[in-house]
Amino acid sequence: MTSVTIDRENPSVLAAAREIRLDRVLFVTGAWALALIWLLPLAYAIWTAFHPPAYETRFELFAPLTLDNFVRAWNAAPFARYFLNTILLVTMVLTAQLVLCTLAAFAFARLEFPGKNVLFALVLLQLMVMPDILLVRNYATMSALGLVDTILAIGLPYFASGFAIFLLRQTFKTVPKELDEAARVEGCSLLGLLWRVYVPLAKPTMLAFGLVSVSHHWNNFLWPLIITSSVETRPLTVGLSIFATTDSGIEWSIINAATLITSGPLLIGFLLFQRQFVQSFMRAGIK
Amino acid sequence: MIKREWIHAWLLLLPALVLLFGFTHIPAVQTFIDSFWSTPRGRRPSTFVGWDNYARMTADPVFLRVMTNNLIYAAITIPASIAISLWMALFVHRRIMGLGFLRMAYFTPTVLPLIAVANIWLFFYLPGFGLFDQIRGLFGLRPVNWIGQPSTALYSITAVTVWNQAGFFMIFFLAALQTIPENLREAAALEGTSRWTFFWRVTWPLIMPTTLFVSVNATINAFRMVDHVFVMTQGGPNNASALLLYYIYDQGFRFWDTAYAATLTVVMVVILAIIGIGQFFLLDRRVHYR
Repeated sequence: MTSVTIDRENPSVLAAAREIRLDRVLFVTGAWALALIWLLPLAYAIWTAFHPPAYETRFELFAPLTLDNFVRAWNAAPFARYFLNTILLVTMVLTAQLVLCTLAAFAFARLEFPGKNVLFALVLLQLMVMPDILLVRNYATMSALGLVDTILAIGLPYFASGFAIFLLRQTFKTVPKELDEAARVEGCSLLGLLWRVYVPLAKPTMLAFGLVSVSHHWNNFLWPLIITSSVETRPLTVGLSIFATTDSGIEWSIINAATLITSGPLLIGFLLFQRQFVQSFMRAGIK
Repeated sequence: MIKREWIHAWLLLLPALVLLFGFTHIPAVQTFIDSFWSTPRGRRPSTFVGWDNYARMTADPVFLRVMTNNLIYAAITIPASIAISLWMALFVHRRIMGLGFLRMAYFTPTVLPLIAVANIWLFFYLPGFGLFDQIRGLFGLRPVNWIGQPSTALYSITAVTVWNQAGFFMIFFLAALQTIPENLREAAALEGTSRWTFFWRVTWPLIMPTTLFVSVNATINAFRMVDHVFVMTQGGPNNASALLLYYIYDQGFRFWDTAYAATLTVVMVVILAIIGIGQFFLLDRRVHYR
């Protein structure tokens, strides 16, 4: 009791309390200001995409809403085909990555063989020198294979992901040895062991890698730009860049509608499964 | 004697390693070899030219411009992204009004395609008409051609990069901050330590490994993130916003000067290798932290 009375009478304590409160207000204001700035580009794109072009720079609360921009964007370029291409691409890349990298990661995690350390070091090297920068040579390889301008060519350099091998190897190493031995005693073959014991336990890692891989390849631009040259193969990102740079006086509201079309599925997926996305990116990042 | 286990292991590795070598290691070595040969043109085959491509590169004013640009780009994006992402993490790692919304707002740019958001930013930068100039107009300032003039083009690109990647780095800081024991904070509060002192004396040293990890990633990104350049400036005006990877693309696929593009790629690989070696030593020290 006494301490409270003393505090109340002590002006410096009151001042300190006020200072802490002010500190807190500044802190919260800063957090919100930053968040609003960070959302501004997206908010702006949504605003223009859902309003007639006349409201591109006029912000009125009761401006009429319209889906017209989306319809016009959708009809102005073969976005349906681009969508199909991108979906085929990310599905193909992820499937191939999971199969190839699971096999390789299992060998690195649980088998002994000569050259293991050297080979693993070479796998890790890919984390630094990615196929994305070896554009000229990989293009030459694709034209030697006769694969230029195919969806397969966009995905092929990414099938063997050093990153996936690394992540899965880490996960496989945590599988208890006893489980492994018990299955072997039961007469389980090597692939059976991998399929029945290791893969089920690595599902969270695979999900995490899957989200990272899908968003990476959905958004990838430079290599697809180089290797594709027709509507039948172009993914959304390349299609959008061509759509937005053709100088035919396309209105901003239509370009922004196209931008939202391109990012839409990933954005909606992210908003619905925010926690999984953030955890996946985190799990995938902290090696 | 060859054991069964060895054969199994090699068979499991075979498909992944064939692709890995085929699209990463072999092209890297071939790129290095290509850099000592001339570009084949028409009926003229490629000939061995020794260090000619490298001599041309060091005398190429555009290359020097591009390297300078890329260094400025790195020198801004790395510290700015770290500072902003750390602020974000500090904002949202404990209870705050609208926590879920704030986290969503910070992280969202990360999942958007850089090429797509570049369109939105392009509009923000429009002279006179765009958002920035409208705000400047409120204060009676003249419109600025942000991406159309050499003095601001690179910085306009840089801002987009920081905006795009800060939310991604935030989650690593967030994870690091959650590991700081709560009793340290309570002890500091009892001692009457200010937030500022607590941050520099306790938080900052404890999250150092994460800061190093984020720095390495930000450095790699500073050489890899060029998508928005294609939409916003195409490296212009007058190469003011061209970056190394963009220049490689330009030489390799617009001028089809593959030998010179290979030489530029060697520079890129060397830079990434240096970062890789740096990371190895930094992460090595990280082990001793524990």
